[in-house]
Amino acid sequence: MLQTNAYSLGQARSTGLRVTIPGGAMEQHELHLTVNGASCTVACEPDAPLLDVLRHGLGLSGPRFGCGLGLCGACFVLIDGQARSCCDFPAWAAEGRQVTTVEGLMDGETLSAVQRAFVDEQAAQCGYCTSGMVVRAVGLLRASSCPSEQEVREALDGNLCRCGAHRRIVGAVMKAASDTAGQASA
Amino acid sequence: MTTTSRSLSVPPDSPAPPPALPPTLAANPVLARWLDFSEPGVVTVFSGKVEYGQGVWTALAQVAAEELDVDLRRVRVAPVSTATSPDEGTTSGSRSIEESGSSLRQACAQARAVFLAAAAQRLGVPAAALGVTDGEITTGAGGSGLSYWSLAGLPGPAGPGLLDREAGDPQPVKAPARWSVAGRSAARLDIPDKVTGRPRFLHDLVLPGMRYGRVIRPPAAAASLAGLGDPPLPGGVVTVRDGSFLGVVAETDRAAGVAARAVAGAARWDVTPSLPDERDLKGFLLSAPAQVVTVDEQHGTGAAGPVTRTLEAEFTRPFLAHASMAPSCAVASWDGAGVTVWSHSQGPFALRNAIAGGLDLDARQVTVNHVEGAGAYGHNGADDVALDAVLLARAVPGHPVRVLWAREDEMAWAPFGPAMLARLSAGLDTHGRIATWRQDVWSNGFIGRPGSGGEPRLLALAHLAGGQPMSPAPDGPPTGAMGSTRNAVPGYDIPDRLIVRHRLLTMPIRTSSLRSLGAFLNVFAIESFMDELAAAARAGPLEFRLAHLSDPRARRVIEQAAQMSGWDGQVGQGDGTGFGLGYAQYKGGAGYCAAVARVEAGTDVRVSDIWLAVDVGRVINPDGVINQVEGGAVQSASWALRERVRFDRTRITSVNWDTYPILRFTEVPQVHAAIVAAPGERETGAGEVAQGPVAGAIGNAVAGAVGVRVRDLPLTREQIARAIEQS
Repeated sequence: MLQTNAYSLGQARSTGLRVTIPGGAMEQHELHLTVNGASCTVACEPDAPLLDVLRHGLGLSGPRFGCGLGLCGACFVLIDGQARSCCDFPAWAAEGRQVTTVEGLMDGETLSAVQRAFVDEQAAQCGYCTSGMVVRAVGLLRASSCPSEQEVREALDGNLCRCGAHRRIVGAVMKAASDTAGQASA
Repeated sequence: MTTTSRSLSVPPDSPAPPPALPPTLAANPVLARWLDFSEPGVVTVFSGKVEYGQGVWTALAQVAAEELDVDLRRVRVAPVSTATSPDEGTTSGSRSIEESGSSLRQACAQARAVFLAAAAQRLGVPAAALGVTDGEITTGAGGSGLSYWSLAGLPGPAGPGLLDREAGDPQPVKAPARWSVAGRSAARLDIPDKVTGRPRFLHDLVLPGMRYGRVIRPPAAAASLAGLGDPPLPGGVVTVRDGSFLGVVAETDRAAGVAARAVAGAARWDVTPSLPDERDLKGFLLSAPAQVVTVDEQHGTGAAGPVTRTLEAEFTRPFLAHASMAPSCAVASWDGAGVTVWSHSQGPFALRNAIAGGLDLDARQVTVNHVEGAGAYGHNGADDVALDAVLLARAVPGHPVRVLWAREDEMAWAPFGPAMLARLSAGLDTHGRIATWRQDVWSNGFIGRPGSGGEPRLLALAHLAGGQPMSPAPDGPPTGAMGSTRNAVPGYDIPDRLIVRHRLLTMPIRTSSLRSLGAFLNVFAIESFMDELAAAARAGPLEFRLAHLSDPRARRVIEQAAQMSGWDGQVGQGDGTGFGLGYAQYKGGAGYCAAVARVEAGTDVRVSDIWLAVDVGRVINPDGVINQVEGGAVQSASWALRERVRFDRTRITSVNWDTYPILRFTEVPQVHAAIVAAPGERETGAGEVAQGPVAGAIGNAVAGAVGVRVRDLPLTREQIARAIEQS
C-alpha cells in the first residue's frame, strides 16, 4: 500500500523515557507514570495537569488541548479503563494507575476496532476532537459491549464536535460494537 | 473508496476545451508551480487552497489523479506555503473546487500533454498514439519504458524541469462521463492520522529551540495599559511590552502560563465601557450610523396583479462565535532576513501581506507556511495569533515561538459573525402571488479579513504603541452574493423587489466572515416569511414555493427533500410536532439546497430530523459533499437553537463552553442528506449551502409545533416564551 498521507508532521515520540519538563525557577517533583503500558518518570511542577505531561513531557499528540476546564472532551484518555478529560486532572493523581491515550489503542501498526470504524465511516471533518471521541468510545465499549444508539449518544455527550460529524461518529461506534461482537462470536 | 488505474489509448477529450485558462492558473501560469514529479512514483500537487477539515485535499488529489491517469494513492497534496504555492487567494466562500479544482485540472491536462509530446519525440511516434497507465507512458504495444517521472527531469523552456513552462492554450479535459476516480467517493487522506493521534495539527508542531509565548489581553474590549508592576517570574522568561500589547516568552508552555498569570496580575488597565446593550441588539443595529446602499432593484409586474395585501416582519440573529474545537495557534521564527510563520490561516498570502504591512516589512521578508488547525468556519483567530507569535518571536531571534490562545481568548477576541436585523415586507395580489418584496438588512460588515479595505486588520496592531483602532469591517460589493446581503435577494420569481444594505459604521464588537455570511439570517427570514405569506394566501408552504419557482433545479431539490421526509405538507401536526421547509440557492448563483426539519416541542424545542437535498453541480467526492452538508446542517441547527455571544458593557462574557453552549450528541438531529445529481453543471461547492435552508426549515417547524412565529434567533425556550407573550 502506498503512503496516502498528504503529509505528516512526523511520528509521535515513544514513551518509556525519563523526561524533565524544565520549568525555570518553578518547583519540580518526580512522578512515576504508566502510559500506554510503558512506565516512565517525569519531573514536573506539583500542580501540572496530566495533559501537559502527556503532550509536552512525553510528546504524545493524541490528547488535545481544547478548553482547559474539562468541558469539551478533546483531551480524553483512559485512566484505569475509564475515559475522562486530563486537562483538569492533576498528573500526580495518575500515579499508580494505567493511563492510555489514543496512541496506546493501536496494536503495533494495526488499528483498534473503534479506530478502524472511524476510518470506515469517514467519521470526522477536522478531526481535532477525534482522538477524544475514539477514547471515549473505547471506554464505553469496554463497559457495555453492545450499546443502543441512545446509549452511544449519551456516552459521547461530554465530547463536543464543532464540524457536525455526529451522525458518522455515532455510526462508527455502533459499527465498532457490532464488529467486535462479530469477532467474539466467530 | 476505490482507486483504479487504467490505460487510455486515446487522449482525453471533452466536447470543447475551456475558452480561457481558469483564473488562478492564468495568474500562476508556470506548470511546475502546480505539479512536481521529482520523487519517483509520487505526484506532488500544489494548490493555493488550505485544508481545514473540509476534505479539499482529497478532492483535489482526485482531480489530479483523474486528469493525469495516475493511481490516487500516488498523489500527495503539499501544504500551502507562500514560498512555493500558487496564490489562489483565501480558502473561503465554497470556491475551492470551482477555483483550484478547475486550475489544477487544466494544469494536469497540460502537463499530461507536455509529457506525451516529450515521449512521442523520444519514441518517434505521434503523441496521439500514446496513452498513460498509472503514470507510465504506453504505446499500442504496451509499456514504453518512459514515465512522468523519467521525463520530468528533461530541461524545460523556462527552467531545468520539463514543467518549467507556462501553461499554453487551454487543453481539452476529460469529460465527466469518462471519470473513474473523480466523481466517486474517496476516503479522506487525512483521517488515518487523526484516528491514531499522530502529529498533524499546528498545535503538535515542535521545532528545535522552540519557545512558548502567551499574550496577556486587556480585560475589556476598550482598554489601555496604565501600568505594570514587577511580578515574580520563572527563570528565563522574557516580557514583551509595546503600548497595550503585553506578552511573555518562556522555555516551556507551562512556564509561559505561569508567567502570563503573574504579569496579568501585575497589569493595571484603564477600561472604557464600549459595548452595546446585549438585551437590545435591535436598538443597537437601528440606531448606529450606517452606510445605506441598494443591492437589487427591479420594477416589473410579471404575472402578478396589483397588491391587495401587504405583510411586514423583522428577523434578528445575535453575534455568533466560530467556537472552533482548538484555540488558535501559531509559530513564528525570526532570522536575519525576516520571519517565517506557521499558521492555520485560511489566507496565507493575505496574512503574509498583512504582517508585512502592519510591521513595515517587505512582503518578501515574510513567509507563511500553512499547517492544519482545527475546523475553521470563516475568519477566526488564526491570523491574529500569527501576528502575536511574530511579535513575541522578535524578542528572541533565532528561536521559534509558539503561541496558543487560551479558550477564553479564543471566545472573546476572535472576530464574530455580526448581529443582524432583516426587515421584510411583501405584497400579495388577488391571486395570492407575491407581487412586491422589500428587504432591508442591518449588520456590521462581514469582510474583515486581513487586507480587507487595504488595512492589515490584525488584532494586536491596535494594541501596539501608536496603534489605531481597527476600522469597521467592509461588507464587500453591494450584491446579493456578498456580505450581509448574501442571499437577501429572494430566489423566487418576484417581479418587483428592492433590497437594501445598511452597513454599520461603528464596530464596538469586531466582526468578520463566518460561514455563509448573511445567508444564514437572510434565508431564515425569507423562508419564515414565505410560510407567513403562504398562510396569508391560504396555500401550503410547498405549493406556494413551487408556484414562485421556475428554475427546474430549485424545484427538484425541494421536491426531493419533501419526498425524503415523507412530509404531508402540514406545518403543525397537532401533537406538539411540526415540520418546516427551507430552500435557497447559495449566493443566488451557486449550490441549491432544500431542507425539511421535524421539531418536537415539549419543555424545550428539539429538532429530531433534518432531511436535505442538494444540487451542487458536478461532484468530485460525493461522500465529501455529504459530509459537508451534514456538518453544515448540524452547525446551522446549533446556531439556530442555542448560540448567542454574551457580553456586558465592557467585555465578552461567553468565554467557554459552559457560557457558549453548542449542540451536543444527545441534542443533534438525525441528518439525512442526499445529492441530486447534475453532472453536466458547473461545480459550486457544498460547505455553506445548508446554513440558510436549515435555519429556515427549523424556524418553520418551530412555528408549526408551537403555533407562534419566532423571529429572533436563537430559538431558545426564553425567546419562544417571549414570542408567545407578544403574540
